[in-house]
Amino acid sequence: MKEEFNIISNLIEENTRVLDVGCGNGDLMKFLQENKTKDIRGLEISKEKVQNCLSKGLTVIEGNAESDLKQFPKSSFDYVILSQTLQAFLNPELVINELLKVGKKVIVTIPNFGYWRVRLQLLFKGTMPVTENLPHEWYNTPNLHMCTIKDFYNFCSTMNIKIYKSIALKKSRISEINKSNLNYKNLDSHLGIFLIES
Amino acid sequence: MNKNIDTKKIIISNPLKLDCGKEINNFPIAYETYGELNSEKSNAILVFHALTGDQYVSGKNPITNKDGWWSYVVGENKPIDTNKFFVICANVIGGCMGSYGPSTINESTSKQIGTDFPIITINDMVNAQYELIKYLEIEKLFAVVGGSMGGMQVLQFVANFPDKAKLAIPIACTSSHSAQNIAFNELGRQAIMADSKWENGFYSNYKLNPDKGLAVARMAAHITYLSEKGLQEKFGRKLQDRDSLRYGFEADFQIESYLRYQGSVFVDRFDANSYLYITRAMDYFDLSKQYKGNLSEAFIKTKTKFFVISFTSDWLYPTSENREIVIALNSIGADVGFVEIESDKGHDSFLLDVPSFLKTLGDYINSTYKIINERRI
Repeated sequence: MKEEFNIISNLIEENTRVLDVGCGNGDLMKFLQENKTKDIRGLEISKEKVQNCLSKGLTVIEGNAESDLKQFPKSSFDYVILSQTLQAFLNPELVINELLKVGKKVIVTIPNFGYWRVRLQLLFKGTMPVTENLPHEWYNTPNLHMCTIKDFYNFCSTMNIKIYKSIALKKSRISEINKSNLNYKNLDSHLGIFLIES
Repeated sequence: MNKNIDTKKIIISNPLKLDCGKEINNFPIAYETYGELNSEKSNAILVFHALTGDQYVSGKNPITNKDGWWSYVVGENKPIDTNKFFVICANVIGGCMGSYGPSTINESTSKQIGTDFPIITINDMVNAQYELIKYLEIEKLFAVVGGSMGGMQVLQFVANFPDKAKLAIPIACTSSHSAQNIAFNELGRQAIMADSKWENGFYSNYKLNPDKGLAVARMAAHITYLSEKGLQEKFGRKLQDRDSLRYGFEADFQIESYLRYQGSVFVDRFDANSYLYITRAMDYFDLSKQYKGNLSEAFIKTKTKFFVISFTSDWLYPTSENREIVIALNSIGADVGFVEIESDKGHDSFLLDVPSFLKTLGDYINSTYKIINERRI
């Protein structure tokens, strides 16, 4: 968690305007507020989590990214962050497009379904993978559209989305993803972090 | 009612131009305060009351001898902690708790003003209360807070005075009264005006009171403050002090008895003409119309932080209407938080013991106070 926050924080310039979509209990917001910028908002679907955020004095709106991002004007944030949430949407493509409208730049982090530990579970156990990062069973997971680092990489190129930076995380090891090491990073990383722009 | 109320009161000598075109001056504003204003004058919170509220937010209301209308929210160690904050609440103009209203005595005739009182609006109420803030020499309020009609005043206050509050918390309200809201208010007004004791609003000249009409108005309104589920759970078809139906029109059911009681206690503390004037002010409220149909324009000049709150079972000022305020604020990049609180207590939730509401509101106000103060240093 901490590594992911650090990577995201390093991708963001100081005193910029940030929106955290699916901000949960506001941990990332709080982290960025202390380290990068005071001007940060959150959008979260769970009432309970929204109340937790507001209790901390964070500016958070209860809402659904799939329907409520429309209310923000075009390019009204310097950065929009979607941390490990993309896979939970009914329509990830639509959400990415909305994010790219609202934010000048977008940071998306993806729990990598191509990670070898995940692959091995399906290959050898023959059951849907349950890992530290993906702790749910198939019948109660909120994740509807799991993807791999490679899937997202290819998605961006198909959609003509510019990738500014792509970073792979394995435990606390950070490395850059590029075209030539894509297959390897897709196998050896549990998290992918992408800085993109339309 | 215009009893001899021993209340804090100031006389506003500045003329106030009302929306209806008339001008008023030398009029009273009755108010109450709780807690102490700090030396930097940075801890003041102006609370706006709803339709039938008054300045007695907390503690004992000296008129009714009951707890203040927002005792769950305001007081020592409450979400708005009066150990920390200086809380101000004024009776709205048009009201009947000491501020200028239809039951105010016209000195030249020694009679109540009655329906000679001018039509007032939410805008007029807010402008009048601003005079009180000036009188108290508070340059900038920490927060303006209110539910229902109080929330409408919060919105209007920030629109009128964009740099006078750091934080605005409109609760369970709307930026524009809907047809349904107007319909219910009209029902209440018709009940009052249909009472033969109303005498075109000059009942006090005849030592009369349209109590029956006012009680019916209150009963009808009271239903709109609750939820169907809440009513069903609390009352169901339970009978009142009897084992079987009486085959008559007495209050067989507990809900009937409850509503009759609500009506009967209300007439002891509220003036019928005030009810007419204040409901009219609510009906006329349409903030976006004041800004050529664009609600965002109302807030374009302000840096005030907003926190909008609605309740799941509030069908009088539903979440969708509260959300419109949030959307208008977001569309201009304003600093706005929003949550819909789970509650089956209907519109009245903001007045009642709803723990998640009280906790979120209190924590938010206290964290924000801390953050804003730290930033200043």
